[in-house]
Formats: sequence, structure tokens, C-alpha cells
Amino acid sequence: MIINHPLLGPRDAQEFTYLGDASLISRPDAQDDNAAEKFHDYLYLRDNPAGLHRELWFHESGDRSWLVVTRNTVTHEITDVQLARDVARKEGRSK
Amino acid sequence: MSGPNRLNGGLIDRRTSVIFSFDGKTYQGHAGDTLASALLANDVRLMGRSFKYHRPRGVLTAGSEEPNALVELRSGARQEPNTRATVTELFHGLEARSQNRGFSLKYDFMAINDRFSNFLTAGFYYKTFMWPRAFWEKLYEPIIRKAAGLGSVSFEDDPDVYDKGFLHCDLLVIGSGPAGLMAALTAGRAGARVILAEEDFITGGRLNAETHTVDDMSGSAWAQAVMAELTSLENVRIMTRTTVIGAFDHGIYSAVERVSDHLAIPENGKPRQILWRIYSKRAVLAAGATERPIAFENNDRPGVMMAGAVRAYANRWAVTPHQQVAVFTNNDDGHRTAADLIAKGVDVTGVIDVRPDAPKVAGAELFAGAQVVNSTGRLGLKSVQIRLANGELRDLPCGALAVSGGWNPNVHLTCHQRGKPVWNETLAAFVPGGELPVGLSAAGAANGGLTTAAALKAGAGAAVQALSDLGIQAQMPDLPEAEDTPISLTPFWYVKEGKGRAWIDQQNDVTVKDIKLAHQENFRSVEHLKRYTTLGMATDQGKTSNMGGLAVMAELTGKSIPETGTTIFRPPYTPVSLGALAGRSVGKEFHPTRETPSHKWAAEQGAEFVEVGNWLRAQWFPKAGETHWRQSVDREVLQTRKSVGICDVTTLGKIDVQGKDAAAFLNKIYANAFAKLPVGKVRYGLMLREDGIAYDDGTAARLAEDHFVVTTTTANAVLVYRNMEFARQCLWPDLDVQLISTTEAWAQYAVAGPNARKLLQKIVDPEFDISNDAFPFMACGEITVCGGLRARLFRISFSGELAYEIAVPTRYGDALIRKLMEAGEEFDVVPYGTEALGVMRIEKGHAAGNELNGTTSAFNLGMGRMVSKKKDCIGNILSERPGMNEAGDLNIIGLRPVDPKDPIPAGAHLMNADGEISAKTDQGYVTSAAYSPVLGCSIGLAFLKGGADRMGEILRVSNPLEGTEIRAEVVSAHFVDPEGERLRA
Amino acid sequence: MLKLKSITPLGADEPRVDHFSGLTITEITGRALVSLTARNEQADVTRDKAWTLFGIDLPDVSVSVVGNTYSALWIGPESWMIDAPYDGHEDLADQVKTALGDAASVVEQTDGWCRFDLDGSAVTAVLERLCNADVARMQSGDVTRTQIHHLGCFLWHCDGGFAVIGPRSSAKSLHHGLTEAAQSVC
Repeated sequence: MIINHPLLGPRDAQEFTYLGDASLISRPDAQDDNAAEKFHDYLYLRDNPAGLHRELWFHESGDRSWLVVTRNTVTHEITDVQLARDVARKEGRSK
Repeated sequence: MSGPNRLNGGLIDRRTSVIFSFDGKTYQGHAGDTLASALLANDVRLMGRSFKYHRPRGVLTAGSEEPNALVELRSGARQEPNTRATVTELFHGLEARSQNRGFSLKYDFMAINDRFSNFLTAGFYYKTFMWPRAFWEKLYEPIIRKAAGLGSVSFEDDPDVYDKGFLHCDLLVIGSGPAGLMAALTAGRAGARVILAEEDFITGGRLNAETHTVDDMSGSAWAQAVMAELTSLENVRIMTRTTVIGAFDHGIYSAVERVSDHLAIPENGKPRQILWRIYSKRAVLAAGATERPIAFENNDRPGVMMAGAVRAYANRWAVTPHQQVAVFTNNDDGHRTAADLIAKGVDVTGVIDVRPDAPKVAGAELFAGAQVVNSTGRLGLKSVQIRLANGELRDLPCGALAVSGGWNPNVHLTCHQRGKPVWNETLAAFVPGGELPVGLSAAGAANGGLTTAAALKAGAGAAVQALSDLGIQAQMPDLPEAEDTPISLTPFWYVKEGKGRAWIDQQNDVTVKDIKLAHQENFRSVEHLKRYTTLGMATDQGKTSNMGGLAVMAELTGKSIPETGTTIFRPPYTPVSLGALAGRSVGKEFHPTRETPSHKWAAEQGAEFVEVGNWLRAQWFPKAGETHWRQSVDREVLQTRKSVGICDVTTLGKIDVQGKDAAAFLNKIYANAFAKLPVGKVRYGLMLREDGIAYDDGTAARLAEDHFVVTTTTANAVLVYRNMEFARQCLWPDLDVQLISTTEAWAQYAVAGPNARKLLQKIVDPEFDISNDAFPFMACGEITVCGGLRARLFRISFSGELAYEIAVPTRYGDALIRKLMEAGEEFDVVPYGTEALGVMRIEKGHAAGNELNGTTSAFNLGMGRMVSKKKDCIGNILSERPGMNEAGDLNIIGLRPVDPKDPIPAGAHLMNADGEISAKTDQGYVTSAAYSPVLGCSIGLAFLKGGADRMGEILRVSNPLEGTEIRAEVVSAHFVDPEGERLRA
Repeated sequence: MLKLKSITPLGADEPRVDHFSGLTITEITGRALVSLTARNEQADVTRDKAWTLFGIDLPDVSVSVVGNTYSALWIGPESWMIDAPYDGHEDLADQVKTALGDAASVVEQTDGWCRFDLDGSAVTAVLERLCNADVARMQSGDVTRTQIHHLGCFLWHCDGGFAVIGPRSSAKSLHHGLTEAAQSVC
């Protein structure tokens, strides 16, 4: 597969390490009352869609950016690639 | 003349004679010949024995689709089985042997299988040898393996090298027949980056096999003219002997280039083959079509061949398989074979055409509406029996029968990503359809355009379209004049008459009867049919047989062929040697090797090395007179604990962490607190996974307010860095922290033992005070050594002794170890390896990879109290889960054998002193064990249920797998210096 | 004066040179390297201070800027590798850190790497057998990170040739990979 890196352009997927569902960005707040339950869901509950899937890839043999790649799990078509850091900030993550 | 069957003309170089041997007999061919064409020229039709029944077989085709003519090439380490004679270029001294036969090809005692064919029908594996079960492995399988099979391997290392490579292009053109050449020419003229890949050793494809003219030139001459222009274009790369074997996601193709297969031995240093990974923006599949046979009784005799192949042998290689040839066809294309052979003076004894309205043939007798119902000739075809249209039987003498059942477009690559081909009624064949791999289009015969004119036009058109997608304007070239006669065809798959076997898949010995049996036993879906009968599962992947099998099944089920469907085509298109897939990553180069800075010195000392990941580390340093590794290791441990020892610890991962929020970041990464670590201090840190399980430990040294150096275990260096980047970029993107690995930049040595300080004081520059007061346990700092060399000093201890780790720029690592050893002479300094390191850490009770094994929590490791409850860090929430910290859970403990002579077996399980030994009564397990020279007995670290409260208890240490059991006492994990006085000294 | 003698990444006293027909592989040991990463919201300050110190602009994605003494290679978002002659810059990290202060994180990288320069008419064909970078399309000054012989390396097109900068501990493996490929092609 080819991942169109937002900074570097098309790069072979072999250069990346795959992590999984991009929902891993949404780490729960440890201060929440039911934090343990939320961490459980965060860690263990995943959708497994046949179709568009947002997932995390690490450009290990490249610029060391984590990317959020939107990939169709049926066709492998990649419709969107963003720097995970930008996505995380958009989702309200900060310090 | 090189052989009795050589004709005039052709594209061979008659001035160059090539001497080769087949089954020990010497023959002569010409440059430009394949092994198959040269053997046919020499009147050799029998080339092998079939897979299951050992039936005599000859060549069927003239290309890579060949199912029968598989031979062993070369000898010694280069012996190579199952190569197709049809694509083997003849070279001087080529040795070829037939395979899957007994003493000789002509007299094969295993042909007895043929007599028992009724027992060996479809599904025989499943039915025959079911009982008794134990017989399968010991009796049946070895017999079958010996009887059924292909060639043999040399069992020697392949002496040749294989490369991998990477190519980039705008347009990849697969195949160089009329469509491929026009596509490449069109794109080449437009300035696009073009790769033209051709499986054959000459370009032109079918143009070389036909007598059609293109623009008043012979097809092959036209192809050469186009090649001349393509060669002149810098933006076009022409790759012959290169088979594109797979279409992968996003325009990636893989191709095998056979660089040296046509040579006896590769040129010095040159690879045998190259596996290319081609990154293409667009691709055109112009892979042509494959002719399919018509099945009839005994249609597998040597001499029965595809009509197009017979034509190719005659026109390209100037060879006829026999002086008397008959033709059996259901379409006009078969008639071309008759015409071309007649033109070359070959006796065509008849043209049998199943169509009652078949066109006339000049120069040969036509049997319209007739069928071939049987053949004779055990080791080579002698005659065929024909059922004439009027019902009469007729014997027709012929040494070769050219069969044509029509052509199947080579759709394979269009299906490599779920594309399903569609049925074309006119051709009675599947053509590319459905979803092709993105960026791929098919042109010419591969797309069902079976005339030369159609192929030329489609090739050019496909290139124009592909480039226009890329924003490159390409001109449609003037199309040359070429034949444009559609092939009229009446679908006809097999002859129903006859009781004997009619072969569908010749390589796997699958007959019409086998398919009927599969149908009768309800293995009717194509996927079941394939697996039950093994149809299409041989190395040729059913290129000439799948369609026939489908057609028979369709007829039996009363469905149409498209309703019956087709199996999925998968890469590779043709067989690939394992060497090409491995490339250079073989033997010692399977992975890169990492050497530590002291490697050269350690090798000079005669150190034994051990692989730790990619690293090579000194395991121990044997001294003269030491005959057992334990002697060396015991000495290294004792001497270190008595005086001082040195160990290369460069392999531990080092990550440089800087930034305003560096401390806040480490506070989140480590389970224990880091925010308040003073500058100039080191702290042990434990990392948890988010699920609360401990996964790595190490130290973090604070070199400045905003600067830490973190160490990881050797094994997890890459993973920890990756996880830290994840935390930095994805979880806390606004923390001001920057990370980079510096593992290799520093050569780092542990200097451990009571005399460690005295030794170091000899090399640390005098302005740096490293006394216990000025530089206490867990201090760190930037210093200089040996007269001004920048260094880092950490007072940390893995051994439990007074110890330091000293780091200098890697280029000085070799000099530093020599300097340290020299300075340590007065203390009898000893270098120690990973074994002694391991012994000392077990003696000290330090957890390592065996304890941080992916199932243990901080609580299990005795570090439960370290996990901060005040801060948010990775893993601390779920480390509180039920089952992770409860009283009675596993605790790390030490084990001492009751009888000091007993070794503690690592991996053994702990059982109560009495009672049954079972999984149910399991009390824990041993993680690490070693002989402690300090204690004079074996010791172990273990996890024990409620272990913290069971000190002094005697347990059984049980290894039921090996039937051993010893008794051991539960003791503290800290065998040496439990109060930590030595390391603070 | 240092009392310690340095060795090359290949473990010798002197850098190694290998000649092939159409390609020369030269081990380079005389360069100092330091990584430079702008702190949060300090990219502009970093660029300004870098310009003052190095006399060059810090480059954009995938390219390098080559100055008289210093060169800068883009290695990641707001992150660069600075290259300078080793002689006179043994303590390059300290020099850069002093000049940039809190604007950037600076890490000594000199001995983390080994470098082999590939020059000659066969260089593109050799690199084709080694990495997936589109070498033929790389312009002078382009830099990319790529895998060579399973090793993450920087590939830097400069001075008409290519520099391969790879992990120092695997220098022998990398050198082996480069010379085998050279032998295949040349």
C-alpha cells in the first residue's frame, strides 16, 4: 500500500508501523469518577468495520510522525491522511 | 541442420550452435532456441512423466503456461527442479533431466500407478487412507510422496545471489506483444516514464509466432523497428526476461527478472534473479491470451500440443514436432496452424474441425463436423481416431496433433485484488471485468481483442487514456496496417465419446471422470471442485486447464459457465524461486548485525558472543585453562564482587528527552513520580502498558531542568521510543517535549565492584570530584576523562555493587575500554559478559525481561507502592483492576534449593510441599535461575502466590515435562546485600 | 590533547574506500552532526537564531541547505540535522545549544551515525537495488529517510553524489549491503 504522507507525499506502507484504531487518541480522563470503566472501554472495545476505518500508523522508517489514516478495509483505498498531532489537537487534547 | 525436425526460416541464430544434454544424451540446438524447441527439433517428444500416474508426457505449449515439460536443470548445488522446458533458454553445456520417473524416462516402473488409476481418482487422499489414523504419517504419506511428485532438490546451499530492487514509473506496460509495444511507444513518445516488462527473452509476443504482416513487414520485423525507437528513448526502460507476478495495492507490482538463468553460471558478483517492486502510477496489462485444449480420450500423449504452440515452434523456432501433423480445432485459428505448416512443407494429414460448416483448407484434408475420439502411441503419438460427421470411424496417422479450443485472455493480474472476470459469449472466454486494480487497464488479447489490429489500437488507446489520467497529453499514433479477422469459434470443451480417460489438467492428472466424480459427490462449487480434484492446483495454476474443468462442471450442473464461476487468481502469476523472495537477506545477512563499541577489543580477548536482538554482545570472556563456560562466568562474578569488573552496556536504549515539559512528560510515561527529580540525579523508572501490566524499566537521568536521558531495556528500545512518540504526538500534543534516540552515539560501560571508584578516579579528569560525598549513589553528571574527552557519568548499579556507568562518544569506545582495562590492572579488573551480568542481577533480585514478561503487574514485581496514585500516568488506572493487586496474587521471591547440589530449573512450577501436582494446585513459576558463585548454589527468582508472606516455606519445584522435582526454600529475592550498603559505599 | 584514539565505524584507524567500475564508496568520518528540534511555538525563533549561527536558512520538508561550513537537513516536523566539519566542531552540540538556548532542543548525533558517500555513473542503478526512494527523480539537496539493508538511513543527494547516513553500530552490515549491490550492478 501507499500512504500519502501529509508532509512527505506518497510513501510505501512498509515504512510504517501499524497500531490500530485512531480512537486510541481519545484517552479518557483519569480524574473521571468512572475512569476505570472508561479506560476499559478505551482499551478493549473496538469497532471492526468493513469499510472506512480511521487508524494510526507510525512512520518508523521515516520522519517519526504518527498519522491518522482513513482506509477502506475492504478495498484498501485510503481517502484521508493527517498528522495525528493535528487530529489530537482538533479533538481537544492538549497537555 | 540441428535435428531432423528443423524447418527453414525462424528467429534462431543458425550460425551459433549450442550443445546441450537431456537425460545424459547430447544434442545440438541454436542460439534463440528454448530447451523445448531444441528437443523437438531433435525429434524428442517424450519429456517427462506425469505427477500421479507417471504417464509419458511431452510438451504441450510454447510458453510459461506449460503443464507437462518440467525438467531438472544443472547439477550439484545449482540443480533446479520443475523448470519449464518451454521457457528455458538454451545455453552451451545445459544439462537437463526428466523428472518423476524411475530408472529411465522410457521405462518407468512407477507407471504401475496408471494401472491402478481407479484407486487414485479425485479425493483419494481423503477416502483411502483414513484408517488407521497412525498409518498416515508413517506409511501412506511417505509412499505417496515418493510416487507422486516433481523434481528433486540438491539439499545444498544455493551458491547464487538474488537481488531485490525498486523501480518507479508513470506507466508500467506488462507484455510486449502488439498491444504492449504500442502502449509503450505511445507513452514513451509523450515523455512519460515507462517500464516495459516482457516475460520472454525477446520482445514482440505473438508477433514472433505468427506469419501476419504489420505495415508490409513481418510482425517480428515490425516489433524490432518499434524496439529500436523505444531503446532510443531515455524515459523508457525495457525489461526482458521479466515476469510481472503480482498486482498489489495502489499501483505496486512485483516482477521477477531472470538475469542469469540463461547462463550456466552468473557472471561474477551478478545476481541470478532480481525481485523488483515496481511503483507505478498507471499500468497496462498486455499479457496476451492462452490457448486452451479440447479433452478427448488419451489426449495426453507426447505429440498432442496446442495449435498456437505448434505454429510458434514452426514460425519462431523453425521446428515441427513431427513430419506428420494433424489439427483438431473448434475455430478458425486452428486452420492457421495447418496453413503455416503446409507453407513450411510439413505434411498435414488432416484438419478435424468440430464445426460442420468449417472453412476449407488448402493443402490438407478437412474433416468438418468430426471429432478426435482416441489416439495411439505409448511414448509418442502415432495416430488419432476420428469419428466422422457421418458416424464412421477413421484412423489418421500423425506424430503430432495441434489442438485449438479457443483462447483465454490472460486476466490473472486483473483479479489479484478481488476483480472478477466477466464472460464473453463471442470468445466463449472470461475477459477482465468488475473492479480491476486501481490504475490498471487491460489491452489487446488480454482484454479479449484477439486480432493484431485490435491489439495495436487498444494498446495505444490504453496508454493515451492512462496518461491523460496523469495529466500527460499523449498523441494517438498512426496505427499500422494489420490483420483484423475475428476468429469464428464454436465452444467445444471435451469429446464425450470413449470410456477411457480424457485429461483436463495434465500437470495434476485430473480427468473428465474426476470432475464427474466430484459432481456426483457434491463437490460442485468451483472452489470445492478445485480442492477435491486438485484441478488447477499445480505449478501451472491451471492456465490451460481451469476453463475446461469449469466447462465440464457447468454442463453437469446444467448451469452456464459464468454461473459456475471461476476460482480466484492469486499472485504469483508464474512460480517464483524462494531465492528471489529472500534476496540478500540470507544466512548471516538475514538481519543487520549491531556491534558494540568494545566489539573489536572483545573479539581480540576471545570473547564468546551472543545475539541479543540484532546486537552481538560478549557473553563471557574465557581465559586460558577454562574448559567450561561456568568457570569463566563464576570468575567474572566473583572478581567483580571482590574488586572490579567492566561490562559494555551500550545496547541499552537511550532516549534523549528535552523541553520545557520534559519532566511533566516523563511523569506521564513512568508509573512512578519524576517531576521532582533534582538535576544531577538518576531515578529508576517503571513503565506500564495502559492495561496496567509492567512492560519496561530503566533509568532517567536529569542532566538539566529541561533535559533527561532515559534508558530502556535492550529489547524494548524501539518499542519504548515508539510509545513515547505516541504519547507525545497523540495523547499530549501540547506538551513541550522533544525526543530523539541516542543509543548509538555513546559508548557506555558499567564499572562495578568495590574498586570501581578507585579505577575511575584514574581516568576522570581531576577537576571532577567523584567521591561518595560529591557523587553519591544515583548521581549523574557531564564530566571529561583522559584529558578533556566529553563523557557522562551515572552512578547506577545493576549488579548491586558500588558501580558507575560511563559514556563517551562512540568513536572513543574502543580506546576507553582499553584505557579502563589498563587502569584497572592494579585491581585485577575483569571484563564481564551478559552471563555474569545476569547472574549478578539475579543475586541482587533485580527484575529483567524474564520477570517483565507481559503478564506481570507492578504489584507482582514488588513495586506496587511505586505506582503513583496522585498523578495521571499511562497504566495507573487499570493497574488498580481487580485481579492485579489482591492479597494472594503472585509476588516475586527468591528460591534456594534445600539440597545445595540441586539446580533450580528455570520455567519450573512451584507446588506446595505436599499434595497433588497439577495445574489446579499450581503456586507459581520460576522466571530466572542461575548458579550463584557467591552463595555456592543455584538460586532462582520466581513468582509465588502470596509469596511475600511465605518466606522460609519449603516448596516443590516441579518440571513434569522432564519428570524432575527438587525442594527449595522461599527466601528474599535479594540474595546479595539486601540492605544496599555496597552500592552506596 | 586527548589521550584516546578514535576508530572509524568500520573499526579501523582510517576510513575505507571501495572502488567499482562506475562507483566509489567512501566512508566519511570527518563530519559532526547535531539534531535540532524547535520547541513548541519556537520555530521562527529557531530559524532566526540558526541563520545567525550557521548563515543558512533551515530547510523545508525533504530538502537540505548546504552552506560553507554548515549544512542543514530536514529530518522531521520542525526538526533538522546540522552537519559541520568534525575538526573544530567536536563539541558542535554545545556550540549550537549555547547559541539557540531555550528555542530548540539540541542533541549530539555525531557518533550515532556512519556515513558512506556513493559517487559515479552507476550510483542510481546501485541505489535502485538498495532502497525504494525514487533516486532518479531526486534533485541535488534532496534528503529522505529510507530503508537500506533493513536499516533506517538518511539518503542525501549532495555534491553530485549520494550520502548514505546509517546507524553506526550496523556500519559493517550497511557497508556489506552497499558493496554487494555495487558488485551486482558494476
